[in-house]
Amino acid sequence: MRINRKAASVFAVIGAGALALTGCTSGGEGGEGGSGGDSAIISTNGNEPQNPLIPTNTTEVGGGKIVTSIFAGLVSYTAEGEIENEVAESIESEDSQNWTVTLEDGWEFTDGTPVTASSFVDAWNWGANPVNAQGAAYFFDNIEGYTPAPTEEGAELPDAPEMSGLVVEDDLTFTVALTAPEADWPLRLGYSAYSPLPEVAFEDMEAFGENPVGNGPYMLDGEGAWEHDVAIDLVTNPDYDGVRKPVNDGLRIVFYATQDAAYADVQGGNLDVLDAVPDSAFETYEDEFGDRAVNQPAAIFQGVNIPQYLEHWTGEEGKLRRAAISMAINRDEVTEIIFQGTRTPATDFTSPVIDGYSDDLEGAEVLEYNPDEAKRLWAEADAIAPYGDTVFDISYNADGGHQAWVDATTQSIANTLGINAQGKAYPTFAEALGDRENQALTGATRAGWQADYPSLYNFLAPNYLTGAGSNYEGYSSEEFDSLIREGSTAPTVEEATELYQQAQEVLLEDLPTIPLWYSNVNGVSAETVDNVVFGWDSVPLYHQITKG
Amino acid sequence: MLWYVGRRLLQLIPVFFGATFLIYFMVFSLPGDPIAALFGDRPPSQAVILALREQYHLDEPFIVQYLYYVGGILTGDLGTTYSGRPVGDLLASAFPITFRLAMLALAFEAVAGILVGLIAGLRKGKLFDASALVVSLLLISVPTFVLGFVFQYVFAIQLGWFRTTVGPGAPLQDLILPALVLASVSFAYIVRLTRGSVSDNVSADFVRTATAKGLSRPRVVRVHILRNSMIPVITFLGVDIGSLMVGAIVTEGIFNINGVGGTVYKAVQLGEGPTVVSFVAVMVIVYMLANLLVDLLYAVLDPRIRYAK
Repeated sequence: MRINRKAASVFAVIGAGALALTGCTSGGEGGEGGSGGDSAIISTNGNEPQNPLIPTNTTEVGGGKIVTSIFAGLVSYTAEGEIENEVAESIESEDSQNWTVTLEDGWEFTDGTPVTASSFVDAWNWGANPVNAQGAAYFFDNIEGYTPAPTEEGAELPDAPEMSGLVVEDDLTFTVALTAPEADWPLRLGYSAYSPLPEVAFEDMEAFGENPVGNGPYMLDGEGAWEHDVAIDLVTNPDYDGVRKPVNDGLRIVFYATQDAAYADVQGGNLDVLDAVPDSAFETYEDEFGDRAVNQPAAIFQGVNIPQYLEHWTGEEGKLRRAAISMAINRDEVTEIIFQGTRTPATDFTSPVIDGYSDDLEGAEVLEYNPDEAKRLWAEADAIAPYGDTVFDISYNADGGHQAWVDATTQSIANTLGINAQGKAYPTFAEALGDRENQALTGATRAGWQADYPSLYNFLAPNYLTGAGSNYEGYSSEEFDSLIREGSTAPTVEEATELYQQAQEVLLEDLPTIPLWYSNVNGVSAETVDNVVFGWDSVPLYHQITKG
Repeated sequence: MLWYVGRRLLQLIPVFFGATFLIYFMVFSLPGDPIAALFGDRPPSQAVILALREQYHLDEPFIVQYLYYVGGILTGDLGTTYSGRPVGDLLASAFPITFRLAMLALAFEAVAGILVGLIAGLRKGKLFDASALVVSLLLISVPTFVLGFVFQYVFAIQLGWFRTTVGPGAPLQDLILPALVLASVSFAYIVRLTRGSVSDNVSADFVRTATAKGLSRPRVVRVHILRNSMIPVITFLGVDIGSLMVGAIVTEGIFNINGVGGTVYKAVQLGEGPTVVSFVAVMVIVYMLANLLVDLLYAVLDPRIRYAK
């Protein structure tokens, strides 16, 4: 008897476990409704946003693709990186410094309140105010009256609620005064940080970020549409009447911890569009998906910088040696073999997805593999001062997956020039950056740039202008500086482009960075969807995708 | 018995504080600035960093940070993640899924493992026994992620029997495949444990006595052999509950399950003290409860074991 009773208690334990299991199951199924079905909801991959969905605090890709979908700014970007007016009717300036923005009448947020000049001005002021500590505050630093955050330790964050450069003229007009002329300033405005905010946002920004109310082509599918760490459901905004009118019924952005899982889901038919193919599938995905695979350049430039402060790398000698190194690198081979064709050899200092990109700049032949010419130039430099057996190294951060291409590149240089070339690994990105900032490099360094907005200026000015923020190696050229300055005040974008291209021809002579290649965006889509086009920023233009 | 359970439960309290303190200290000692690391290649202005550091008390010394955390727990506030979400929400969303996955895996490995082990043990040296040993050796030596990708590719992508990854709400039918993967290694161990234990007991005196008494073979196997062979297996299962709940990072990654392993992994990478500590604290409790359950089951299985006082 005793034994039996105990046996019964064991069963009771198992039974309780089974109850817990079934209890959980029905709970799980209850949460499933809404997805799938016959409606044309496009499912795509994403990441859990790092922060609540506040446009000025969303600087990473995961949140960015959501914010861009639920807000409409003054302009939006086409696939080619050109701008089209959204809320803006016109953005005009006589001098490229003082801009007048006129809004189209009739725009509304999904809570029914109108989109006015104040919606923009208040949002920008709020985002720029140091006390709000927004990640994208620096986007407003060229507006008159911007208060930079203090850099010293322990300083209070100043409360600067208004920038003097932003003035509301009437409901549909406001003016913007920049601190310096910038001909392609409107090109910035498609970036999500420039989105307008409805009044309700300012009451409680944190809560707003959980359930944002926008004016874009999509909106959140009711309260709780953002299921943290799982997915976010967006449906079309019926009142949206801009240039990104969706041809589908909505978006379901599923958050993946690994790209491999997302890729498996496309293969298994659970995901329509994937904008990041995992490395493990690089060799096979184009065969498997055929014309449903995308492999095209992104707005990411990569190169190698050789600092001017090193011996042998200054003046005429340095110029010859840089050109020799550049021509000693077989870019086609490295991109094909190391990257399996997921990089595109560089022909300029920007990116093919940027309006104004050129593959026939004067002097661009220095970017082609030419061992004989490389040897000739190197010998010419040796005549000025013999290089001897100094080691030529390219430093990189070991945590970024750079070793393979650095080794291949140094190998290519060593084989062509007969010098001792090798990679030099820093454990982390922070450490590598530290030595660049302190100008303490012992050789060349990898350098990369991803554009915030599709403009030649954004690739050139921060990296090569004298004293610019990311010009760590201290390049300085009067000719380049004046061309950039002229370009930024040029009356039209075409003229500005012309000047920026001339400025790049200066760079091709000096080679402050040796352009290597552009990163590609690698995506695939399932047979359920059509018309998948990737934008300049490597994110698919969701509104154009058709399903069923 | 009740007194024994009560005392074991009381022991949870010092262990909880000890564990949280140690883990908090370890997360605190991780190199690097968690706030700066949040932003990757594009560092924000110093002001943003300072503001965030202050918000999460990262500018305070370790002991103050820990006291903030403990103070929060006592008022029912487990702290927030760097993205501003309450850690309590994370717990509430991750643990039920992981619990379901772990229970499913546990059920697979216990039922199948004991069954196969029992048959193998009873037929020692026969074909079934030999193949069970070979299969279990294979499962032990194949890394989980290999098995995970293979299962996913074959059963989900090629054959289409299962969903490739776990869908919204993590319904039970989606969890079957990951649970099988998760259970595979432990299954192999259980087969071997049960087999060894059973084959020892088959020739034990009490089994011979039971057979001599004229008991039917099924009853001898069930009551005398199996029950007496269960103690090492139950011990293993108890420990395994813990590792199934915590150690599923790889499987969770492959099947995109938003569970405990992945959440803790992400939090460790971000240096998010409160998240890591809260999760680990819950895991410690799960471990201890599982152990308690195992100890109680000993008494059920072996009448000689008693927890009187």
